[in-house]
Amino acid sequence: MPVIPVNKTDIMDHWKNFSKGIIKENPVFVLLLGMCPTLGVTSSAINGLGMGLATTFVLLMSNIVVSLIKNLIPDKVRIPSFIVIIATFVTVVQLIMEAYVPALHKSLGLFIPLIVVNCIVLGRAEAFASKNNILSSALDGLGIGLGFSFALVLLGGIRELLGSGRIFDITVYPENYVTLLFVLAPGAFIVLGYLIAVINMINKEKE
Amino acid sequence: MAKRESTFLNMFLALFGVTFIAAFTLGFVYEMTRDAIDISKVKAQNDAISRILPEFDRLDDPLKVPDESGIDTLEFFPAYKNDKFVGVAVKTFSKSGFSGFISIMAGIDNEGNFSGYQVLEHAETPGLGSKMDNWFSNAEKPGQCVIGKNPESYQFRVTKDGGDIDAITASTVTSRAFLSALVKAYNLYKEKENEIAGNPGE
Repeated sequence: MPVIPVNKTDIMDHWKNFSKGIIKENPVFVLLLGMCPTLGVTSSAINGLGMGLATTFVLLMSNIVVSLIKNLIPDKVRIPSFIVIIATFVTVVQLIMEAYVPALHKSLGLFIPLIVVNCIVLGRAEAFASKNNILSSALDGLGIGLGFSFALVLLGGIRELLGSGRIFDITVYPENYVTLLFVLAPGAFIVLGYLIAVINMINKEKE
Repeated sequence: MAKRESTFLNMFLALFGVTFIAAFTLGFVYEMTRDAIDISKVKAQNDAISRILPEFDRLDDPLKVPDESGIDTLEFFPAYKNDKFVGVAVKTFSKSGFSGFISIMAGIDNEGNFSGYQVLEHAETPGLGSKMDNWFSNAEKPGQCVIGKNPESYQFRVTKDGGDIDAITASTVTSRAFLSALVKAYNLYKEKENEIAGNPGE
């Protein structure tokens, strides 16, 4: 009877592929990739969540497909091939969002097509999926995507709370006491800076 | 399986294959979602119209009227109740918002006063310009409310420019754009009033 070799190190490896994206190699806080959507859409927690999940879907699917066809694609044309694959999934996400969640589509607007040029997605395709098997690539895409979502929700939540007194559109304290700066562009930089410092501290302590 | 060599034929086949499958997938998803997208657009528009006009039971197809530039058009949706004209919803716009284009559905009742509005599309700053969603319809603050007013008896400009409407705090540019869109809708409506409102029965 053929035994599928599943041993402890395999599972540990899979878990590592998945979990590294969330804190240890968080694309926003540690790798500092994808800054444009990060700063642009995080004026509220719900926008951050929508953008994060859309990107997660694209990452997961493009990592799977890239890993699946990595041997069919000659090296010299790999980047254009990856970009076409990514752009296809982004357009699929955009059409589906426009059809079924028009409100979210409206508020994310321009940033959805820009997932195509989000360097996290191409970065994972090139650095990970084109060198690893499908399962590892899928786990990597999912982990990095969730790490990205986590970062955007955290950033969006803090900015929304400080800047408009609400979180996920639920009023926490009256609007008279808010610091408007935080929903504007400078607030994004300030909050991001502090969050990077905190994540660095956590990662240092772990070592 | 070994990696393919970068020969001309292999590169050609790989790119052709990838783009072909991508095009096929996109065509398929587009076909699948097209109806749903149309429905959700029409629904958003109808929801907006029914919120800003007095009660009506019939809404006519939009009448397209070119504005003064001659390039852009405003859409007028005349509404009737028991074949009596009750008001018109105007899809109007301004290009001079703080972040460019603003699209507004404005309701004008049969007495020529604004009966409501709904911002359809904008990219104004959250927490500042985006307050126009309900700033100008706040009945508790008559200085900033446009409901029940018309540009003939009130100056539809912000107080800073000598008008009668209080601008959104710290968003004068957005407020100016908003008011200019309403005035544009009103003026065109007055100009074409007979054409728009003069179709009671069918």
